[in-house]
Parts: sequence; structure tokens; C-alpha cells
Amino acid sequence: MSGFDISRSDFDNITALHLSGFLDAHTVPVFEDAIQSLLKEDIYNIIVNMQKLDYISSAGLGVFMGFIEEIREKGGDIKLSNLSSKVYKVFDLLGFPALFEIYENEDTAKSKFNNS
Amino acid sequence: MKKTRKQKFKLKISSATENLEIIREFINNIATKAGFDEESVDQIELAVDEACTNAIKHAYKYSTKRMLDISVFLDTEKMEIVIIDKGGGFNPDKLPVPNLEKYMRAAKVGGLGIHLMRTLMDEVNFSINPGKKNQVSLVKYLDRKSA
Repeated sequence: MSGFDISRSDFDNITALHLSGFLDAHTVPVFEDAIQSLLKEDIYNIIVNMQKLDYISSAGLGVFMGFIEEIREKGGDIKLSNLSSKVYKVFDLLGFPALFEIYENEDTAKSKFNNS
Repeated sequence: MKKTRKQKFKLKISSATENLEIIREFINNIATKAGFDEESVDQIELAVDEACTNAIKHAYKYSTKRMLDISVFLDTEKMEIVIIDKGGGFNPDKLPVPNLEKYMRAAKVGGLGIHLMRTLMDEVNFSINPGKKNQVSLVKYLDRKSA
């Protein structure tokens, strides 16, 4: 019933996860599992594209916080792209723009990985 | 003669994260009908989601056999949402405003929800009696623009 989906695109050294639907305390395990599987594959350059994400609560934001340190220790990063203004507001209220790189589109996020 | 028209809405629902969507729709419908703009409706919906998520997670520890009571009081000035659980309580005053740097190291979820509720709503009040009745009241005024 509660719609939340993730699709994955792999590039040379970067993987993008495309989130769609509603990310709340109910659907958050799906997102956690998706990140977990990337880490198992030693993929640490991750873009989370939220173009089709309609809703996020703090449970969803907690996932970013939960994994980012491990990912950065491995030399990777989670970069965010394509946030709607509704979703961006939630990130902004909790001070995430100071901790995460947020880009308008996936290509820009990709180029930032390639530059670093 | 009545000065203000008051309306009351109630939702009694199993304490399950899968019901958050139903709760959000319930709140969204009332807030929209009450005349809040889209941004305020989103804020109220998120604040209520956070309050219910806290009750499901912390008070009821994900036991889906327990119930959440959600009451909405609407008048010409404001919308008040009261969420009641009968699970274990906590002291909201002892929760610090989350320090994201520290939080990141601890990699824990918690505290963010209450911080959001306080930011999104005009008034947030807790009344905590663990095992008996924990109540959180969220108020949004119709003529104020916040957050």
C-alpha cells in the first residue's frame, strides 16, 4: 500500500539510487537495505537521487546519518540530488545542507565525484 | 450564540508503522479543509508523523497490538492535534537539541523527530505518565506563517 521504491544505476565508480514515493519509519528498512548492499559490494561513491520522492520524515534522514561516517572513512560519500522543495525543506530544517552535498541534478553530483 | 465553531475528529488506530500513511492522510484532509496553505499542511502532516513514529517506536516498542488515539480539534483560529499512547514514556525536556556532528558519530536516530515537531508547529506540549497516558499536543495557528 505504502509506496516506496528504489531503483539503481551503476556507472564506472559511482552508483545512483533513485528513490520514489514515501520514505517514513515504515519504508525506511528498504532504504537501509539498499545502502547496506552497496557497502557489501564495496561501493562507497553513492548518489541518492530524490526526484520522485514525495515525502521524507526524520526516520529517512536518520539513514543518511547512520551510514555517512562509515562511507566517508572509506573515502566515499553520499551526495544528494534532485530534491523537491518540499523534501529539501525537511533536510534544511535539520541542518543537513552543512553536512551533505546537495546538487540540482545527478550529472552535477556525478561530476563532483569525478573531480574529487 | 456561538463565538467560534469547534469541530472534533478522532482516529483510533493500531500502533504500526504501516498505518503512518493512513494517519498522514487523515491529518492532511482535515488541515486542507481547515484552510491551511499547502506548506502548512505538509508541516502539520510531518509533525504528526514524527509524534506517532515516536509513540510506535519508543512508547510501544513496535508492538502492533497497542493503540494510538489521535484527536483533532479545529476552530477558526487553530488546529490542535492530540496524540495519546499508554506505553513507556520519556522526559522530553531531557532531550537536547540534536547536535548533528555528534549525532552522526553516534549514528543513532532519535531527537530529530522532536526537534522537527518543535520547529514545524507553533506549540508542542508533552504530558508524560509512563504506562498510564502519554500525551503530545501539537498546535498550528491559521494566521501564522512559521518555519
